[in-house]
Amino acid sequence: MQLVCPAGSLPALKAAVRQGADAVYVGFRDDTNARHFAGLNLDDKQLENGIAFAHQHNKHVYIAVNTYAQPEGWSRWQRAVDQAADLGVNALIAADPGVLAYASKHHPQLNLHLSVQGSATNAAALAFYQERYNIKRAVLPRVLSLAQVKHVASQTSVPIEVFAFGSLCIMAEGRCHLSSYLTGESPNLCGVCSPAKAVRWSNEEGELTSRLNDVLIDRYSEGESAGYPTLCKGRFMVNGQRFHALEEPTSLDTMDLIPELAKIGVSAVKIEGRQRSPAYVEQVTRVWRAALDSYRQAPEQYKVEPIWQQTLAGLSEGSQTTLGAYHRSWQ
Amino acid sequence: MKLSLGPVLFFWERDTLMQFYADMAEQPLDIIYMGETVCSKRRSLSLDDWLGLARDMQQQSKAQVVVSGLTLVEAASELSSLKRMCNNGEFLVEANDMSAVQFLSTLKVPFVGGPALNIYNGHTLAEFIACGMQRWSPPVECSAHIISSALQQLDELGVARPEVEVFAYGHLPLAYSARCFTARSENRPKDDCDLCCIKYEEGIPLLSQEGQALFTINGIQTMSAEVNNLLADFPTLRNTGVDIARLSPRAQGMADVISAWDKVRQGQQAPLAVQGCNGYWHGRPGMVSAEEVGLC
Repeated sequence: MQLVCPAGSLPALKAAVRQGADAVYVGFRDDTNARHFAGLNLDDKQLENGIAFAHQHNKHVYIAVNTYAQPEGWSRWQRAVDQAADLGVNALIAADPGVLAYASKHHPQLNLHLSVQGSATNAAALAFYQERYNIKRAVLPRVLSLAQVKHVASQTSVPIEVFAFGSLCIMAEGRCHLSSYLTGESPNLCGVCSPAKAVRWSNEEGELTSRLNDVLIDRYSEGESAGYPTLCKGRFMVNGQRFHALEEPTSLDTMDLIPELAKIGVSAVKIEGRQRSPAYVEQVTRVWRAALDSYRQAPEQYKVEPIWQQTLAGLSEGSQTTLGAYHRSWQ
Repeated sequence: MKLSLGPVLFFWERDTLMQFYADMAEQPLDIIYMGETVCSKRRSLSLDDWLGLARDMQQQSKAQVVVSGLTLVEAASELSSLKRMCNNGEFLVEANDMSAVQFLSTLKVPFVGGPALNIYNGHTLAEFIACGMQRWSPPVECSAHIISSALQQLDELGVARPEVEVFAYGHLPLAYSARCFTARSENRPKDDCDLCCIKYEEGIPLLSQEGQALFTINGIQTMSAEVNNLLADFPTLRNTGVDIARLSPRAQGMADVISAWDKVRQGQQAPLAVQGCNGYWHGRPGMVSAEEVGLC
């Protein structure tokens, strides 16, 4: 199984390569990718440097052009695809069928990976992208149980990549408009969820409160740890009860599942977090490299080392981890 | 402007559904969508029951009957049931997942592209039209501007426009998850949900800790708390190139909603403002009312 790691900057890309990522995925500095955050992503020169660095180390670079093109911005998406091809990336990660069609027509030599934002959760959907756009890999949304991943993988010849670690979308990727409902900006169209510019922290009556476009997402008493107000991770009122009605602030961690994912025939595991620091990328990549190598060397003896878990737990949102939808009881 | 009745997004008892559609058969509707689009565990009607009801509706009403497919298709059983729906041979199908697009385009039968398909621009529209899409219901977050620009882009590509159907009334379907939030709110695991969503005929309100209504929990689907209502925007619907206004079923008062829309499309002046939200249509956060924030 390949290890695919995130980079939102050149130092993060280099850290991932040095720590043993098989591939690093990046994005351009605009709304053509699903991590369109201020100050994040690589400019043209950094991309050239980063790709050269990775290729010198025999590692791959993928570029994500994985938002849905707005009609007036179409030329931006077109240019992003052309530029990715010119840069010599090893794969383009895309979701919009219009973008995939353009890439497959104009750059037939460019490997296409279906982004998780493409929401393909079954073999028939994968067949659509394979037959029309000749995709060489697909990233599955984080909504499938392990048994469902296994079934999908058995029914398709498209190599499968799954999310292994990082922030967890509770909703099917590409199928969530909650952010635009509150703020006007969504992952599909703008490459952001719960955008930072809509966030306001304040102290109200002794409690720390987080708001998104003035909507109260959560309030914390003294001593409670506060997280970024991603709207699906707030505490809300349902039937008179206050709780994390959609999802707790938690991270996906599937290190326990490495043997099962390998047996299913998963081609690549993906680490989430292009928005995270180079130090984060470095630590997560190192630990995942160690785990994958340990499994490869002695599959029967594989077990998760406590030190790996400790390292990952310290890096996780809310310091909690979950197997997510892979484990049916979570659903 | 045609009026359509969207699929029922909530889980209702069989008798409730039968009575609802008996009432709807009498309404001035041009298109009626039928079928379970949210959760395959909701089986007050089986696929065969839905097809039977669709046949009855076709007899009783002048409306075109369309069957709507599931949106989040995960299990093998869901995929095979969807395939059977696509193969029905009688009714137009609304595709809400790429699997349905794959089945229908392979069969070379025309279809409706539902709001859960991510079609946001003219180039993507052309791809789906090439697969057989004859009617486009844009994602609910699309503004009038995005829709008209996408259609213009399609014109420039020399591709004939599909019919355009906008989600004009009802709780907006905003998100889909593997997790069932209704079961979660009752502390039940999804595999032992006891179909508890049957108790909530219009879902469960989700409020902020300050009591602001934000969302509606409807099983694995999260909807808007506010009812999206574009009746006051009727003139711009027409100017944008919208052919069909989709009215999404609610538990009460649908006949009145349809009647209000019918009067306006017959020439009565559209109201200056209505209750509910219409922010998306105006390119703003979906939850806002453009009239209230001074956009109109």
